[in-house]
Amino acid sequence: MLHIENLHASVDGKEILRGINLDIKAGETHAIMGPNGSGKSTLSAVLAGNPAYTVTSGTAVFNGKDLLSMKPEDRANEGLFLSFQYPVEIPGVSMTNFLKAAVNGKRKYRGEEPLSASDFLKLMREKKKIVEIDSNLTNRAVNEGFSGGEKKKNEIFQMAMLEPCIRILDETDSGLDIDALRIVANGVTKLKSKDNATVVITHYQRLLDYIVPDYIHILYHGRIVMTGDKKLALELEERGYDWIKEQFKD
Amino acid sequence: MADNEFIAAKAEETYKYGFSTEIETETIPRGLTEETVRRISALKNEPEFMLDFRLQAFHLLSKMQQPQWAHLKVPTVDLQSIIYYAAPKKKETIGSLDEVDPEIRKTFDRLGIPTKEQEALAGVAVDAVLDSTSVSTTFRERLAKDGIIFCPISEAIRSYPELIKKYLGKVVPASDNYFAALNSAVFSDGSFVYIPKGVRCPMELSTYFRINARETGQFERTLIVADEDSYVSYLEGCTAPMRDENQLHAAIVEIITEDRAEVKYSTVQNWYPGDKNGKGGIYNFVTKRALVRGVNSKVSWTQVETGSAITWKYPSCVLSGDNSIGEFYSVAVTNNYQQADTGTKMIHVGKNTRSTIISKGISAGHSENSYRGLVKVVPNADGARNFSQCDSLLLSDTCGAHTFPYAEVGNPTAQIEHEATTSKISEDQLFYCNQRGIATEDAVGLIVNGYAKEVLNRLPMEFAIEAQKLLQISIENSVG
Repeated sequence: MLHIENLHASVDGKEILRGINLDIKAGETHAIMGPNGSGKSTLSAVLAGNPAYTVTSGTAVFNGKDLLSMKPEDRANEGLFLSFQYPVEIPGVSMTNFLKAAVNGKRKYRGEEPLSASDFLKLMREKKKIVEIDSNLTNRAVNEGFSGGEKKKNEIFQMAMLEPCIRILDETDSGLDIDALRIVANGVTKLKSKDNATVVITHYQRLLDYIVPDYIHILYHGRIVMTGDKKLALELEERGYDWIKEQFKD
Repeated sequence: MADNEFIAAKAEETYKYGFSTEIETETIPRGLTEETVRRISALKNEPEFMLDFRLQAFHLLSKMQQPQWAHLKVPTVDLQSIIYYAAPKKKETIGSLDEVDPEIRKTFDRLGIPTKEQEALAGVAVDAVLDSTSVSTTFRERLAKDGIIFCPISEAIRSYPELIKKYLGKVVPASDNYFAALNSAVFSDGSFVYIPKGVRCPMELSTYFRINARETGQFERTLIVADEDSYVSYLEGCTAPMRDENQLHAAIVEIITEDRAEVKYSTVQNWYPGDKNGKGGIYNFVTKRALVRGVNSKVSWTQVETGSAITWKYPSCVLSGDNSIGEFYSVAVTNNYQQADTGTKMIHVGKNTRSTIISKGISAGHSENSYRGLVKVVPNADGARNFSQCDSLLLSDTCGAHTFPYAEVGNPTAQIEHEATTSKISEDQLFYCNQRGIATEDAVGLIVNGYAKEVLNRLPMEFAIEAQKLLQISIENSVG
């Protein structure tokens, strides 16, 4: 589904990703872990096409297409979804209008007719249940005045609405209490299928109790330095990152 | 960003209403003299009192100077270079709608303005004004059943001279300002509305102004009188062809409300704004004022200003009736080299009067956008309350947004509140929208419409949708 080869990227002239290789197949869940500043969030931003980052070399092929040459909105419409670590507030724009633009934008991209107002509202009602969100949240402006938990639930709600084939969760567990973490993680799991893939970026083992990964990759200094199965997370929980830093010193 | 192609395409996109119509036009010689004023009055078959009104204004004007206090770079308009009267040539007096020149009808059809009743939007009566004259007014008979008068003001001057004498120039006297004096001297048409006691106007009334002829000015005049316990909602729209030279539009709108009457006045102003380098466009110098003199009466101004090279207008309310209410809701968009200095005046005179001001400025390109407002409470106006909110949204690094709020409070019981914000659309917001599959231009439209929602929601339904689209068009190619 997504094949990344030797990806290098920089921000403000500083190289952050220094040769990422990653192969993600449908139905798989990959966790990306690593100490602060290792490039985890940069990887998600680069894949989503954030213009603040510059790709300097490497390739990423997404469902047979050259991901890196696509505009961010086309990547989204091709089925790439990023759950933001810090969801952005858009005052004055209701969640309903925002999602209507997103859902119908995607339908248009695929050459489909826009959803009728009633079908759209029905879809929203259905998907809201997945992350147990308050029904009046969709009448509020996008993320404006949302609590930390509401913001993250709202990310997963949008994911449910857009049914992406690759789901990148950038530290979705940060700032969540135990209950919200469970709801958010269960939402992600409920939406998992053999046709989609998940990339979970996290610092903590805790999230991986709910979203069980097939692979865990350790990112350090812009490279994947180690890949293992879910046991690797437990080892990290116990030993921290120092042994990795020691082993892969520049 | 990879939006350059889109921007290039949109930069070439022309003003959708920029076409002009080939119709035979009757004009008078260019320039402004006493003779010009007499000629216009004669062309309109006006009674003596109207000619006197005009001549008085003309003499006042000759002692006045073009105002320069606004935050605008306005060239001095050469009044002698303008043609003051241009009207489609007509064979006979137009008796029924079917006699409207097919070319003129086509013009309004292209603008989406129904001039035939059977095609009209449900519940909207239209007065269509082309250059200096009204060409068609729909639903007049239906309205007359309720005693409502809705007709071209030139006709009202002939048919209802008593009403005109009683009300015309009473809210905005010719001496008010330079452009008011000019309008009073040379206005050629516009709309007159009278809603009798206790009547709730059963449909929206609408005037559509179109400048067509070259080098002419448009000077229309609107007078709305709402008698006791009456209600009317009035809409105004306007467009003009794309021309390289600037054209002057100097209008006056006067509203009078008697006891417990309510008038809602909505404007979608889309005069030609000039091209992307600031060439051409309409100078829109307008005086709009309501005398809210009835007890418990109310006037609400809603304006969406997207057009014109220069806009200078301050729809205002003189709240002289006890418990009267004035409202001003405005969205003003400027792009490229447009300039706008707009706002309102709320003059609290009666007791327990209330006013609300919501102003949303959106500036893009190299434009300058100013809010200018006055809240005045006279010494006897006990219990006055005002709330003002002035927000500015900047879409470029080269535009300007300015706020000039004035408050003159002469009574210690007054409560005045003022809130203001300035914001920009951030890269983060755009990327967030992009990541959800929303392209940048749609994202900007979504954000701007969200920002202006509070005002757009005040417009009647059909207008609100039109205004949303218009906002989107006006700001296209403004974020890169």
